[in-house]
Amino acid sequence: MTATAMPERRARSGSAWSRLVANPLTVIGLFLLAVLGGLALAAPILPLANPDATSLSERLTPLFSPGAWLGTDHLGRDLLSRLIWGTRVSIAVGLAATLAAALIGSTIGLVAAFYGRWVDAVLMRTIDTLMAFPYLLLALAIVAALGPGLLNALMAIAVVNIPFFARAVRGQALAIKNQDYVAAARLSGFSDARIILTEILPNVLPVVIVTMSSTLSWMILETAGLSFLGLGAQPPTADLGSMLGDGRDLIHRAPMVALLPGLVILLLAIGINLVGDGVRDVLDPRLKSGALTRPAAATKRRLPPAPGTPEMDERLVLSVRNLSTFFEVGGRTLKAVHDVSFEVRRGEALGVVGESGSGKSVTALSLLGLVASPPGVITDGAIWFNDRQRGPMDLARLPVKELQQLRGSRIAYIFQDPLTALHPVLKVGFQVAETLVVHQGMGWADARREAVRLLDMVKLPTPAEKAHAYPHELSGGQRQRVMIAMALANRPDLIVADEPTTALDVTTQRRVLELLDELRREHDAALLFISHDFGVIADLCDRVQVMYAGEVVERAPSAELFRNPSHPYTRRLLDCVPSLTDDRKIEAIPGLPPAVDRLPPGCPFADRCEEAEAACREGTIALRQVSDRHAARCIHAPGAALAEAS
Amino acid sequence: MTEAPLIEAKAVTKRFPGRRAFPWQKAPVLEAVKNVSVSVPRGVSLGIVGESGCGKSTLARMLVGLTRASAGTIDIDGQRVWAGDRAVNRQARQRIQMVFQDPLGSLNPRKTVRQLIEAPLIGLTGMAAAERRVRVEALMDLVGLRPEFIHRHAHEFSGGQCQRIGIARALATEADILILDEPVSALDVSIQAQILKLLADLRQRLGLTYLFISHDLSVVNHICDQVAVMYFGEVVETGPTDSVLRNPAHDYTRRLLAAVPGDRLEALRTGS
Repeated sequence: MTATAMPERRARSGSAWSRLVANPLTVIGLFLLAVLGGLALAAPILPLANPDATSLSERLTPLFSPGAWLGTDHLGRDLLSRLIWGTRVSIAVGLAATLAAALIGSTIGLVAAFYGRWVDAVLMRTIDTLMAFPYLLLALAIVAALGPGLLNALMAIAVVNIPFFARAVRGQALAIKNQDYVAAARLSGFSDARIILTEILPNVLPVVIVTMSSTLSWMILETAGLSFLGLGAQPPTADLGSMLGDGRDLIHRAPMVALLPGLVILLLAIGINLVGDGVRDVLDPRLKSGALTRPAAATKRRLPPAPGTPEMDERLVLSVRNLSTFFEVGGRTLKAVHDVSFEVRRGEALGVVGESGSGKSVTALSLLGLVASPPGVITDGAIWFNDRQRGPMDLARLPVKELQQLRGSRIAYIFQDPLTALHPVLKVGFQVAETLVVHQGMGWADARREAVRLLDMVKLPTPAEKAHAYPHELSGGQRQRVMIAMALANRPDLIVADEPTTALDVTTQRRVLELLDELRREHDAALLFISHDFGVIADLCDRVQVMYAGEVVERAPSAELFRNPSHPYTRRLLDCVPSLTDDRKIEAIPGLPPAVDRLPPGCPFADRCEEAEAACREGTIALRQVSDRHAARCIHAPGAALAEAS
Repeated sequence: MTEAPLIEAKAVTKRFPGRRAFPWQKAPVLEAVKNVSVSVPRGVSLGIVGESGCGKSTLARMLVGLTRASAGTIDIDGQRVWAGDRAVNRQARQRIQMVFQDPLGSLNPRKTVRQLIEAPLIGLTGMAAAERRVRVEALMDLVGLRPEFIHRHAHEFSGGQCQRIGIARALATEADILILDEPVSALDVSIQAQILKLLADLRQRLGLTYLFISHDLSVVNHICDQVAVMYFGEVVETGPTDSVLRNPAHDYTRRLLAAVPGDRLEALRTGS
């Protein structure tokens, strides 16, 4: 329901490859792999000496010897040739082992997740057993049982790595298995095998690839390790590990013999890891959520010079003037909030209503700089907050430190989902007390007593007991009551409630709304109430403003707005609301709201409006004063005066 | 009411093993749905309303055969279904389909619109590829999706369009019973109105039978002929929509109705 989800989703667009090569480290890794892999691939057609041909008269020649650029080893074999052929063998074994482990491990993970119960128990306990053994020891034991040799080393390493794939894939598959589209596939009559292959597998593939990229270099190192111990490649076959083993005894006399294969292993590992990291950043679903881009402490600002401080009478709490908040994603600018102005007074409830993407949440979050940056930027306007002690101050230009002090003390937020807004491992009583300690400097003992009193005020049953509960032990309605208690703890002047009851059942919703209404009157606080639900807004709010495509399109006292809507969007939207008592037909609005990065000139609603005419698609449409306290942004609004309402 | 029901559930019950504190304890049994009977005549739209956790979604999943009932029977057109006979189940699958609550989550992100809509045709009918293509195009037209969308993926669409894809998929095998599990609760008001209108049109044109699961009584008032109110796994009240919503007999129904916001909105709009 939030508009902020939209730019995030768009930010991910663009081909995976272009995002991959945008990372310079990944490009270095790709370059390393291209050179090493290219040489290894081209080994048969390069003019190289026979890597296994010994020549006892040419032993241990130095670098740049004629006929052997990198010299020869203790049996007179050409080092360059052995190095390239050895790299070829090492990469081949590493890749084969990775593929084998990925195939077997992923199959186990998928089957375990899909069938669950005893299948899961048997498979995963076997995997656990495998993981209980030290890593290299297990590989050694397998090779010891099978006998030394490259193929056996490959098998040993593949087996050792199966658990990583099985676990990663099972975890992801478990989440996907419960998706509705898997249920839909069942309803489509798909067999289990088909569901696993067409519904689940394509969606766990990123995890498989990420795991492959992170295990590949390990596999190459492990193969080298086994060969170094003489358990992998057998003479005369060269691989990087056996070459390293050969050079070990000569480290003082001819360091190059060991140093060169060591260097190649190092470069190979660096290359694979750099590329692997890049691939992970692009594909890993956990990183896609933006976990890598740490948001700034407050929304970025790019504002024109400060306007003069306005006069604010003491009942006026908030006066937002021409606020614009944009999302800058790639080369595009999404005008999430565009030239929005409004005021809220003490003891008053202003409802902001609109659909997803209308900018209602972004408006609310902009007040205290809570819009995530990147991509959010406040680009214009002023947010005048009337502080009891300091008088009017512009939140849009207030230093971040001072802004943070206002959060939760003078201005409080209540969000839609109390489960994500509350800390999951702290007791709720502690969390309420904490806000008192932080903002009022209250002692802990007093704060705890006060917290219980606040929980009692929001009508939480047995507050002293409930103070010791963790958020997950409370119901949704009780959690929202805790949020309200926290919001009111410091007797704020302004409460911003963003869809606070949307996640609740109707009976719970009613009680929470009644509580919110009662408390804001009691505390004489201003309430900014954001909702998509006209019914809730009408019950609770004194005034309403309707938002569409980032703009305020209409504002009036609620009685006036619902009796006499003046903007066609408001009228059409009200016709969409189903009624409980009336049998009038609901009338849908055709089309979709415009994309806020390509807003047409004129009225953004013109394309969906039956009353639109040529003048609606030109210039900027100003808010017009319909009556004393009623304004609408429509050229057809009755009594259309030109005065711009603040 | 004398007409034989198209779909009838008799005394269905679903028990889940609850959480136990220690492994050696016996798991407590939770009854999500207790002894519920519903019957819907052909062409009728039955609303099943209740708050979260009342068992309405579990009931929906049992009716459509996604979850097996612990006890009780389900008949479609007089034929016992989901009782183990594979041939019968396969036939029933073509007749009863489901539309899910989460528009995006019910569509595999890796598939195109064509692949999504034709899935039931592949799994349940032996239709050839060319025929399927024609059918998919007809379905897209039916639910109001533009033909050029056919090769796009779900994430390129808005919630309302995703729900249209879901409805097209449910109708692919010419199902005559749709289980609609909160199909509009994740949508914006104006989009919700579009989808409700589409559902009403489709019912009229195709003579569909709906089981409409919802927590929103106003929506149910608009789309359902009959209502069953569920509370803690049981149906506490059932009857024609008008009479249940205007003259509720059960105390819980009254409480539910009283909690629905919008009295003031209604009063202002109708000018009373």
